[in-house]
Amino acid sequence: MLLSCVVNRFGLGERGGMNAVVPSRDWLSNQLRQPDAANFVNVGDTADGLIALREQRRAKMQGDPLVKPIFQAEVATQLDNLLLTEQPFRERLVWFWFNHFTVSLRQGGTRGVVGAYMREAIRPHVTGRFVDMLMAVMHHPAMLMYLDNASSIGPNSPAGQHGRHGLNENLARECLELHTVSPAAGYTQADVTAFASILTGWGLDMKAERPGFAFRDRAHEPGPKTMMGQVFPAGVEGGQQALHFLGTHPATYQHIARQMVTHFISDTPSPQDVGHIAGVLRENEGDLAAAALALADLADAGQPGRKFRSPFDYVTAIMRALSLGGAPSAPDDPHSAAHGLFAGMAALGQPLWTAPLPNGWSDRAADWSAPADMLARADLAWRMSAHVRVDDPLEIARASLGPALRKTTMTAMRHAGSRQDALTLLFSSPEFQRR
Amino acid sequence: MMIRRRSALLGLAASWTLGRSSVAFAVPARGATDPRLVVIILRGALDGLAAVTPYGDRNIVAHRKDLLLAEPGQEHGLLDLGGFYGLHPALGGMHDLYAAGQLLPIHAVAGHYRSRSHFDAQDYLESGADERLNSGWLNRAVAALPARGGRPDGFGLAMGLTVPLLLRGSERVGSYAPAGSQHPDAGLYTQIAALNASDPLTGPAFRDGLKARGFSDALMEGRPVSPSTQGRKPDAFTTLSTAAGEMLADPRGPRVAALEIGGWDTHAGQVGRLNGPLAQLDRGVLALRQSMGAAWEKTVVLAMTEFGRTVRMNGTGGTDHGTGTVAFLAGGAVQGGRVGGTWPGLAAGQLFENRDLAPTTDLRGVAAGILCDHLHLPHSAIARVFPGATPTPIQGLVRSV
Repeated sequence: MLLSCVVNRFGLGERGGMNAVVPSRDWLSNQLRQPDAANFVNVGDTADGLIALREQRRAKMQGDPLVKPIFQAEVATQLDNLLLTEQPFRERLVWFWFNHFTVSLRQGGTRGVVGAYMREAIRPHVTGRFVDMLMAVMHHPAMLMYLDNASSIGPNSPAGQHGRHGLNENLARECLELHTVSPAAGYTQADVTAFASILTGWGLDMKAERPGFAFRDRAHEPGPKTMMGQVFPAGVEGGQQALHFLGTHPATYQHIARQMVTHFISDTPSPQDVGHIAGVLRENEGDLAAAALALADLADAGQPGRKFRSPFDYVTAIMRALSLGGAPSAPDDPHSAAHGLFAGMAALGQPLWTAPLPNGWSDRAADWSAPADMLARADLAWRMSAHVRVDDPLEIARASLGPALRKTTMTAMRHAGSRQDALTLLFSSPEFQRR
Repeated sequence: MMIRRRSALLGLAASWTLGRSSVAFAVPARGATDPRLVVIILRGALDGLAAVTPYGDRNIVAHRKDLLLAEPGQEHGLLDLGGFYGLHPALGGMHDLYAAGQLLPIHAVAGHYRSRSHFDAQDYLESGADERLNSGWLNRAVAALPARGGRPDGFGLAMGLTVPLLLRGSERVGSYAPAGSQHPDAGLYTQIAALNASDPLTGPAFRDGLKARGFSDALMEGRPVSPSTQGRKPDAFTTLSTAAGEMLADPRGPRVAALEIGGWDTHAGQVGRLNGPLAQLDRGVLALRQSMGAAWEKTVVLAMTEFGRTVRMNGTGGTDHGTGTVAFLAGGAVQGGRVGGTWPGLAAGQLFENRDLAPTTDLRGVAAGILCDHLHLPHSAIARVFPGATPTPIQGLVRSV
């Protein structure tokens, strides 16, 4: 398995010849064994975001004046990290799991907390157990806001008896369908309703000094509930037991194994590969680090170019290849590297933290390779390439693609009349579109 | 993120476009008398022998018979430049300037370097030094000019997404990229399509995408396309030139601007492929004249390329990287209507390294001559602007006032 292939498939694209020569397996495992080196600056926690939201609502402020700076700071520091990280495998896993547990800006008023959600609920668990990540996600205000659970009320709860509001199934359904067991587990509508009842009361205390998750007993549907043949007691414990049941369920391991193999290996994952990863998860209590490393051992893992780069991957890889970024991006600087990455993703149809639906962004080539997509990529590559006036384009090509770089591409680059043209050809080549 | 100082400049340009007359007559006399300099970098190495063909030197036939156009006076023939040289017919507008005494091609020029790498040579061309520098000669020249202040967006202006090395340095410069100028040109799109042609996924996607943007099959297959079928929308270079001219004409606008245009690297099928970029250059120069109005009379445009191309045609109907080539001076301030330089000849033994047009004029001397006589750069500053072997400014390139 060649390192340069692994750097693209499992990482985020080579950054300026940064990587030392190490065996691929070690390059991957070191990143998961060593502590998370990401360093985020100028950002607070979820409570800070919720306070900003609360104050805006209280004073009826227009235009997100308190939330906007929080969001901009999250964009700046998280995208800087994406450009500069020396743990790109770990980073890819963070973004993969965020996409699995998508929170989108499109609904739920999550702008002030989405960044904190990623840092608090996803990032600490990418080398831990899946069930722990699930637990953190489902307790997080961002997810409870995004999928409406904060406003779901048990019909027979004290609040339900007095108000007009009732059950909202949204989070329960998506948790079963997308986050955990998937429809393959054969659950029914009754199971969805039961799970929604189990999760009633899981919401937010916005009045607290440090607002955050709260189990609101008054909204919780009383009595034990039965979901997928299991009985769960009333109270917050019932939800936690249900999540433990779902988060360690063999169908969940099968489902997330398929998601992982699809993301890392092939748009059409083989049953053998999926079965193997699911087996690793079962045997290791859902250890996501073990599963991630097992992906690298699959037969197809070292073949370059099997996965088409999403816009997120594509813009990140270009900017890393060009060694753009370095100094911390000022949150309100439209010329910063982080803002460039942010704008690039949006220009190619994958705006940051804005997936259309709770199932997140697609991992399949067919969804990103329409004619207009490809021209948008070429145009973006051309604009990005204007920044480089010193380095040798062919060195950048060799460093970023290794043996995947075709002779045809090199020839075209050699004959290009300017650095900008040569780099545009590199970034528009079929091999750079893939990882 | 990519367009520095754009908002400020956009304001400037917009006020000009929307309120042309009010700005034009606000301080008309003073603004029109400042000298202006526009430098156009032709990236990719222009074949000087095709742009300005020495049809009077009969040795050229043996070297590149199949690349030669008909002599002046014949159909689709060269446009005569005084009986020895002929201008490429795609440069019809510039030929009119020649007739008006406003075009001065200088033949057999080369930079002070002898690299045949585009990237190295462009760096040397722009930095103007014997070694790679992080600043360009035009920036250092502007820094050395007396009385350059008082302009809200700086004395110098880079047209495009980024500031080229030529204009980078300690002196503050503006940059501006109008909408519609921010994508590859037709030639590069064509290469991208070719690069992806065999890919089952990206090949058809690029092909269909370009078709949807009005590209013909002929263009995508690299066959020559006549200018009339390439659509009537102004190309990016014309857009840039027009915007640059408007800003240069502004009484409080910049006085020095740099533009870039690619498409010159004609390794194959040169006869067809040169038409497009030459016509773009021609339209761009005319757009500058048009948009600068009265200020054109005080303007010098220098169009230069990193090196020339081989005298002999190669095996694919094109030419490879060479040395000597042509540079163009255009503008109302140019002492034109003639071809400058010293013709080195094309006979055996006269070629540089038995393949290239031998350089007889130092491009830095041309630049230095314009800086001194037109922008009134003190002679004492030349060594700072062009470190290393200091060039001798060539005299008589601009009209004496």
